[in-house]
Amino acid sequence: MHRERTRNEYEKENEWQPAAARRCPVNIPLLSLLIFTPWVGALLLFVLRRRLSASLGRILPILFSLSTLILGGIVLARFNPVITGMQFTEKHAWITALNVHYHIGLDGLSLVLVLLTGIISPLALFGPTRQVRCPAIHGALFLLLQGSALGVFLALDFFPWFVFWELSLVPAFFLIKLWGGPGAARAAYQFVIYTIGGSAFMLLGFAAIFAETRTFDFLELKLISMGGQAPILFGGAATTWVFLGVLLGLAVKVPLFPFHAWLPPAYAEAPTGTSMFLTSVMSKMGAYGFLRILWPLFPLQFHAAAPILLWLALGGVVLSAFAAMKQTDLKRMVAYSSINHLSYCLLAMCAVATAGPVNPAFPAVMIGTSESGIAALSGTILQLFNHGLSAAALFFCVGVLESRTGGLRGLGDFGGVRTAAPVFAGLCGIALFSSLGLPGLNGFIGEFLIFRGVFGLAPWVAAVATLGLLATALFLLTFWQRVFHGPATGAGVNFRDLDATEIATLGPLIVLMFVLGIFPQLLAGLINPLVTTWAATLP
Amino acid sequence: MNALPCTIYVSFTGALLALAVGTRSAGAARIVALLTALTAWGLTLGAAVNFVPAAGLQELINAAWIPEFGIRYHLAADGISLTLLVLTGLAATAGVLFSWNITERTGEFFALYLALIGGVYGVFLSADAFALFVFYEIAIVPKYFLIAKWGSTNREYGAMKLVLYSFAGSALVLAGLLWAYAAGHATGFGFPELVAATGRLDLTQQTGILALVFLGFATLAGMFPLHTWAPTGHVAAPTAASMLLAGVVMKLGAYGCLRVALPLSPEAFHLLQPWIAWLAIIGIIYAGLVALVQDDFKFVIGYSSVSHMGFVLLGLAAANPVAVSGAVFQMFSHGVIAGLLFAVVGRMVYERTHTRQLADLRALPLHRLLPFAAVVFVLAGLASMGLPGFSGFPAELTILIGTWQTNPLWALAAATGVLIAAAFTLRAIQVSFFGRTGPDICVTPLESLPPITWPEKAGALLLLGATIYLGLSPDTLLDWIRPALQSPYFHAILSGGAS
Amino acid sequence: MNADYAGLFRALLPETHLVVGALLVLTIDMIWARHRPANRHHVALLLGIIALLTAGYAAITSGASGHIYGGMLKLDQLAIATRTAVIVLAALALALLPDSRRMNHPAEFTAILLFATTGFTLMAAANNLLVAFLALELASLSLYVLAGFDKTSPESAEAGLKYFLFGGMAAAFLLFGFSLLYGLTGSLGLEQIATQLVMQGQSPLLVVALVMVLVAFGFKAAAAPFHLWAPDVYQGAPAPAAALIASASKLAGLVLFTRLLWPGLGSAVGTIAHVPVTVGWAPVVALLSGASLLLGNIGALAQTNVRRLLAYSAIAHAGALLLGVIAAGRIGVGPLFYYAATYGLATVGAFGVIAALESAGPVHQLTDLAGLHKRSPLLAGCLAVFILSLAGIPPLAGFFGKFSVFASVLQLGGLAGPVGWLVILAIALSAVALYYYLLILKQALVAAPVADATPVRVTDPAAIALLLAASLIVALGLWPSAVLELF
Repeated sequence: MHRERTRNEYEKENEWQPAAARRCPVNIPLLSLLIFTPWVGALLLFVLRRRLSASLGRILPILFSLSTLILGGIVLARFNPVITGMQFTEKHAWITALNVHYHIGLDGLSLVLVLLTGIISPLALFGPTRQVRCPAIHGALFLLLQGSALGVFLALDFFPWFVFWELSLVPAFFLIKLWGGPGAARAAYQFVIYTIGGSAFMLLGFAAIFAETRTFDFLELKLISMGGQAPILFGGAATTWVFLGVLLGLAVKVPLFPFHAWLPPAYAEAPTGTSMFLTSVMSKMGAYGFLRILWPLFPLQFHAAAPILLWLALGGVVLSAFAAMKQTDLKRMVAYSSINHLSYCLLAMCAVATAGPVNPAFPAVMIGTSESGIAALSGTILQLFNHGLSAAALFFCVGVLESRTGGLRGLGDFGGVRTAAPVFAGLCGIALFSSLGLPGLNGFIGEFLIFRGVFGLAPWVAAVATLGLLATALFLLTFWQRVFHGPATGAGVNFRDLDATEIATLGPLIVLMFVLGIFPQLLAGLINPLVTTWAATLP
Repeated sequence: MNALPCTIYVSFTGALLALAVGTRSAGAARIVALLTALTAWGLTLGAAVNFVPAAGLQELINAAWIPEFGIRYHLAADGISLTLLVLTGLAATAGVLFSWNITERTGEFFALYLALIGGVYGVFLSADAFALFVFYEIAIVPKYFLIAKWGSTNREYGAMKLVLYSFAGSALVLAGLLWAYAAGHATGFGFPELVAATGRLDLTQQTGILALVFLGFATLAGMFPLHTWAPTGHVAAPTAASMLLAGVVMKLGAYGCLRVALPLSPEAFHLLQPWIAWLAIIGIIYAGLVALVQDDFKFVIGYSSVSHMGFVLLGLAAANPVAVSGAVFQMFSHGVIAGLLFAVVGRMVYERTHTRQLADLRALPLHRLLPFAAVVFVLAGLASMGLPGFSGFPAELTILIGTWQTNPLWALAAATGVLIAAAFTLRAIQVSFFGRTGPDICVTPLESLPPITWPEKAGALLLLGATIYLGLSPDTLLDWIRPALQSPYFHAILSGGAS
Repeated sequence: MNADYAGLFRALLPETHLVVGALLVLTIDMIWARHRPANRHHVALLLGIIALLTAGYAAITSGASGHIYGGMLKLDQLAIATRTAVIVLAALALALLPDSRRMNHPAEFTAILLFATTGFTLMAAANNLLVAFLALELASLSLYVLAGFDKTSPESAEAGLKYFLFGGMAAAFLLFGFSLLYGLTGSLGLEQIATQLVMQGQSPLLVVALVMVLVAFGFKAAAAPFHLWAPDVYQGAPAPAAALIASASKLAGLVLFTRLLWPGLGSAVGTIAHVPVTVGWAPVVALLSGASLLLGNIGALAQTNVRRLLAYSAIAHAGALLLGVIAAGRIGVGPLFYYAATYGLATVGAFGVIAALESAGPVHQLTDLAGLHKRSPLLAGCLAVFILSLAGIPPLAGFFGKFSVFASVLQLGGLAGPVGWLVILAIALSAVALYYYLLILKQALVAAPVADATPVRVTDPAAIALLLAASLIVALGLWPSAVLELF
């Protein structure tokens, strides 16, 4: 019965085309525009790099970057949250030999991340890059990165998805290496090798999937696996290996403890704008992959592995928080806090997966857990967005500290900045409190929902995870106190306050923190139907 | 299609012509060489336009040659041949462009170069093992002189080693083919006749024949542990010769494995299959690791070629239509990419800086000195890493899919190879061009090195265009290759896996 | 015996041409040319070439008339082809005649060369032990003189003496072997001997006779272990003489002994295609072949002197040719003849290049060839063709020679027996051989000329001969059927 029901449901979900066509009278490929406008910009900037004046070289990337926000806004306006399937889809045959289609589409999850990208990217280009050398090439690489990230959030076929996934490494590598700090070369190399190390096995996993199913399409694969055929997708052991390959690729990217070693150096050595983008957008690619690929395609394997992953996620939550406490480098501290925040997302997903039914043929098992499940999953998505805002703001603040002092960012290098720079102190403080989850600010709602969900599903884990919360509060407050409070010492003396550009960068983020803190349903409304469906169908 | 044999004749004629005019004017020899390469390439492209993949092996010429031994001058082409013919034309044209600066004995250089090309065209067109062998050896000898005369580091040693390995490999092939021919009482040297002759022998003999022929061809394809000629040879060779060696000549070996060796005996192949596969895998990983620690820039590329050819051999060893189509695709892809890498390292960098030591290059702000070379090398490196969007990716993906169907463990090992390839390529990019950086890439280039010339730019763009085009539209080649693998000739050997 | 003198005369027309030509050369030189030093050389050369050309024409047109003069001679396709080939080779060798500055008696040289050629052509057709021996000795004695012809050079004298001593010894063995055969069978005709031997079966005396014959054969073919004369003779003899010894003499000898062994002693061949081997001459020839292949190829690696290197390469080729002799009985003499003839062309060519170079200075070491491409592109190009043909690189004739011989040997029994293993050995050693051949070509085509090197002037006859040889090698390599279809 259940099997039939889900299959019908998915078939219904995939009847997106007529609805989308109705909603969009002129058939503009919105999502393709979304992805490729930044790339076109990148190409343009690269070609014109010698002819552009410095200011134009700085402004053009920002304009192209803004296209995402604008197009994202249009998509948001036309988006129908009630439909849980894909909207705005485009599907064209690409490689017949490998049954590859250029298939892109968007649901609530993608939309949230697209909007996040649209908000962060222009700010990351606008604020910290005033003195950046070679703005045209920097901008080109950044736009390339932005387009790739959007492609990852929108692609529905493994082939194009992987194209975007891997291509995002290239600009990131050069942004870190060429504009980064003294240890950038090593950090960039490590970053790429770790990621490719995971990706290679993910690629192998999909090669194996293709060998069995002759398709790379996420939706088709989901149908196959959710249609009750998952256990026989491949012969038993092979599926486990395939699952592990895909898991490895995603886990490195998120990162899941203990695959995180690349992250702190990469974030710390990257230039500020890139750090902002890496932490708020790129780190979401991994978590997105868990939700879009790993879980729907390998429900049983994920369920089986979830208990172990749950403990690893817990390790990530707690250990990264304590590691952050030990950091004296503010940028590394924020980097570790990023691991910490993303580990909450993993924690929530794994908790839901752990509690799910062994066999999708028994839907009744979900009844007891669905409410917690919905909470945890909603929390995850909200956390993805909110962490994007707060972490970007924090990296920007550290960047401001660096830019004033010629690269100083030690915890002990500053003191009493508040006296000289009250506006900076205030805005940074808001970002810090958002990050540690103060109610009323955006960070709270995500973490609250996650904890609520996890408590219902795995109480002991949730209890231990609160240790992480505590440690987070400690190091963020330490940051706040050591840098901004007390008598002005070190570089804090005569600290120049934020100028208009910096306020304009930080301002929107702060505003959003308040808005989403007070009206979380603005965001939650986009994903609620989706998450409800998930909770009913995913194990 | 019917004009394809002219590629051979055009190349040989061009060789003689270049020799003749080269005594008077180096410029004329260059023009002759370029026109010859372009004409031959044009012929292959013309054939590609009118190509009907479904028609299978298309007869071009079939005439009695040496009736006493049943040898025929038999040329034919299918999608696999066509793929490699187009590659040859492309690599040859680019190679001429990258040899524009040869001033010493220019005519002789291009004569040897075009003779080599003619031999390569002949191999890819031959449908008779004797003809194939003749062309194969014609392609071997010019390499010695190209390297020994116009090469660089340790050139005489490298040239001799390369040629002796190639020749020893071809001797194995000859021994195996003669064995099959004589003991199996073949009526001729056509491929199907040899297969039939081999089939008449007992399994031990079949295995022996297959092992000899495969090993012989695999030597030229750079199979571990017979690969050692490749890095030294590549390093010693002048740029155009390196490009051809890695780009085309190593493909001769792989092509021979596919066209001649594997179909000889399905039973014997089954016995040898795991050995071949594991040797290929060891090659992928070993050569990759060696590339990771090289100090000489060109050695990195040389070993990377061995590693990438390992993928080709693995695809062949997996022996199902998907894997083999991937292997052929990889032949093309690697031909283009390796050509590009050698062009950057050997021509653009070495001939300007006169060093290939990574330690020395590290000290130069090369990305500012040679921004064009830097961009080309980065793109070629990315392609070589198997990044999606470039031709290496669909090739490796297809090989992985096919290999998984035959043996998941092999595929797993190959995936490790992908990772290693990324590591050494990235290291090469990082150390060579971006060893001394600040974010000053857009600052007006320093003018202390001679600028990149137009032939270099043209050649690089040609090859870059090819790898990107095929990365985005792999169907172009796969549509040729896959029907060719459906032919009855390959049927017995490629039985595994549906396509 | 039916004495058909008319038939005999017709059959021996080429020999007649050669002998008359030789006498004419001597006479004209004595009467007229010796007083005109400027033309003496040209006259001898011209007359010699004319004699060879007319003889060659006669050889081609003589037609396969079977047994001549009661079976003394046998004019079959093999004989005709061999006569033509040796005459061509001799003409090419003669064209290399050094100019008057380095050759004092061109007429004598030419005449003796023509006598030697007469011996070769007779060897090609000999079907009787006595005729065979006489022909062989006519050829050999001429060659001894030719080898020692350069009276100013101690090496040439050493070569002549060594060749004579070894050759005389070999002749003695051969004569002893022949007399034993005659004693066993009571006959000198090969057909009669064959019939008798089939009736008698194996006997110890036959074995002794075989051994004697094979020793002489080994000497003539320069097969190990009877090769010791070769390096010294090749090194010391004047270039045309060395060319003749290495090419026409070898071809004629091989044909003579193949005729002797197969139709004559065919019943005593033994088997070597499969294990176990049975006793006969074939196992011995196989042993000689294996030893020659190994010794020739490995010995050549150590050589720094061009001529000695060519000598060792000749020994190695002798090994492969002996394989062809083994296969000739079943498969036919086509591959063997093709191989020997094209090998002869390449060797004559190689010595021709050396001869041409010697006009500009001594050629001893490999390094003396350095920069040949600069000094004379023609010589360098021709040398490349000859050496690559010797190395067996297609599409040159040397490749197909090896290919056809190996293919026919393998048809005897695949790789199952010693003869198959020998083929594998030969193929493997061909890779070794490429090494030393490339060493020659490296000097000639790659290395820069030494500082005081001068351009080499090649005389017109030599240039024509070299180009002719090179074109023949290419043409026969591309159309081997032109030769193979004769048989």
